[in-house]
Amino acid sequence: MAVKIATGAPAPLPTGVVAEPAKKGFWVWLNKRLPVEEFITTQMTGYLAPKNFNVWYFFGSLALAVLVLQLLSGIYLTMFYKVGAATSFDSVEYIMREVDYGWLIRYLHSTGASAFFIVVYLHMYRALLYGSYRAPRELLWLIGMAVYLALMAEAFMGYVLPWGNMSFWGAQVIVNLFGTIPGIGPGLVEWIRGDYAIADATLDRFFAMHVALLPLALILLVVLHLAALHEVGSNNPDGIEIKEKVGRDGKPLDGIPFHPYYTVKDIFGVGVFAVLFAIVLFFVPTLGGLFLESPNFEPANPLSTPEHIAPVWYFTPYYAILRAVPDQRLGALLLLLSVAAFLFLPWLDRSPVKSMRYKGWMSRTALALFTVSFIALGYLGLQPAEGLYVVLARIFTAIYFLFFLLMPFYTRLDPVKPVPERVTYHAH
Amino acid sequence: MADHAVVADDEVDLSRRKFLTTATIATGAVGVAFAAVPFIESWNPSERARAEGEPVLLDLTKIEPGQMATPIWRKTPIYVVRRTRDMLARIAGHDSELKDPNSENSDQPPYAMNTQRSRTGEFLVLIGICTHLGCLPKQRFAAGELYPSWPGGFHCPCHGSRFDLAGRVFNGSPASTNLRVPRYSYPNPGTLLIGEDEKGVV
Repeated sequence: MAVKIATGAPAPLPTGVVAEPAKKGFWVWLNKRLPVEEFITTQMTGYLAPKNFNVWYFFGSLALAVLVLQLLSGIYLTMFYKVGAATSFDSVEYIMREVDYGWLIRYLHSTGASAFFIVVYLHMYRALLYGSYRAPRELLWLIGMAVYLALMAEAFMGYVLPWGNMSFWGAQVIVNLFGTIPGIGPGLVEWIRGDYAIADATLDRFFAMHVALLPLALILLVVLHLAALHEVGSNNPDGIEIKEKVGRDGKPLDGIPFHPYYTVKDIFGVGVFAVLFAIVLFFVPTLGGLFLESPNFEPANPLSTPEHIAPVWYFTPYYAILRAVPDQRLGALLLLLSVAAFLFLPWLDRSPVKSMRYKGWMSRTALALFTVSFIALGYLGLQPAEGLYVVLARIFTAIYFLFFLLMPFYTRLDPVKPVPERVTYHAH
Repeated sequence: MADHAVVADDEVDLSRRKFLTTATIATGAVGVAFAAVPFIESWNPSERARAEGEPVLLDLTKIEPGQMATPIWRKTPIYVVRRTRDMLARIAGHDSELKDPNSENSDQPPYAMNTQRSRTGEFLVLIGICTHLGCLPKQRFAAGELYPSWPGGFHCPCHGSRFDLAGRVFNGSPASTNLRVPRYSYPNPGTLLIGEDEKGVV
């Protein structure tokens, strides 16, 4: 057995090492062939997480729950959906009107897409608040960013599949972004489309990406994300490494077993989330055009651009940045940089403390301004690009980038507060 | 038995193993690169898409002066405008407001690299796709239609790019180049052939 039993005093119960009763039968047979028990002991009952998690620590497990929901509802949608420029739109209407509970499965998937981004954005914001991207969690952060990028590609291609008019023109705009790359741009765009315009060939390959390649990539990246997390351990709202304060048994004094403590907490979180999700799902599945846009209830028409093209809400901050620039190449470059900037956070943040709890007014002001900018850009990306909206978009774009560019300076000059020895925790 | 004797670590010649490992990886990488070719090439426009992208004919006699026809070539709308004398006059006089008045950075065949951006002044032939991000610019041909000094032209609803009656882009537009001109020719005076000229088929 791989389970190590501490010598001396009996092991405390919750850390997973149960005094071995003579187990027999199937369980023993199984574990000699597959290390199930070892996995549970090392990764669940023996995996110690900081005891001071707060509400921000719900969103990782919620993202996992939404991933499962998307995989399940997505698999069912492929059973009724017929890919092809001539059939896609009609088959989605068929799902909505004629397949028993088809509307539910489709709305689960479309609402799930927005829910995915809500929980992922909150999950990322948690990292900004508590410095979860800092050493030794740089790679954990980078893998998480890869998940985010794969999710963006997955969402974009999924939005094309119903072949509504916004699907078509959204694809046109996004694919044309690649055309701004000097030299290879025009050829690359033709290669991505597989035709001289967005057409059947484009739709077919986006379908393959959306239902096979990208979900596989997402699952692999999520497994890597969890593996890296379990190697370095969770950060916490105090930004203190619990592994640095260990008891006589060599275990962190402020750590508690992931199972049962956090499994129970996360199940509760999923319950609350499910209630909120159900309210949107059953009462406002399009959320007034935010989750599903009205031009997408018309079939794709290559001869009619919708009066106002806006992506779904989760892309609008970046879209506003793209439109704020009166030069196509520079606009596309800033769009790319606005997403890529997050990759550099572990090395831009030079503060001696990790958590916003102990950072000073400079870091707090910077994060507050960034938060306002991101939300404002998200709003402006939904509005037409004219007049005051463009001016505001330029101002908030500047603040957005200054948050990253000035970070090495303000985090170093920031008057930080002393970090306590142990995590802040009040028993309830 | 001597062959199986335990050899001390410092006596093992690792350089051969290293060479073989490197050679194996290099050979494998070359193989992967070659194997990737068909998968990458499969994404090109297929034979059918290319066949459907053949030149198209348009009867010009059916277009009234001042009007626009939008035939489809390569699944893309082509803007064919029959410009009146007044419209041609409104092309001049605003070069200073244009990003690329002489079409030096824009995409057009040599015979359209002139002020009117066309073979003959009367007919303007453009690819009806905004050079910014690919929306369809809308026709706003009347003078003053967008604002008092507007000389007439095209306006893209997506991101607000503006083009004049020769498809040249105005300053302040997100688009950086003029609307593209496809290769075209006139097999006879009343007919337009899009996608083919003296140099052959596109």
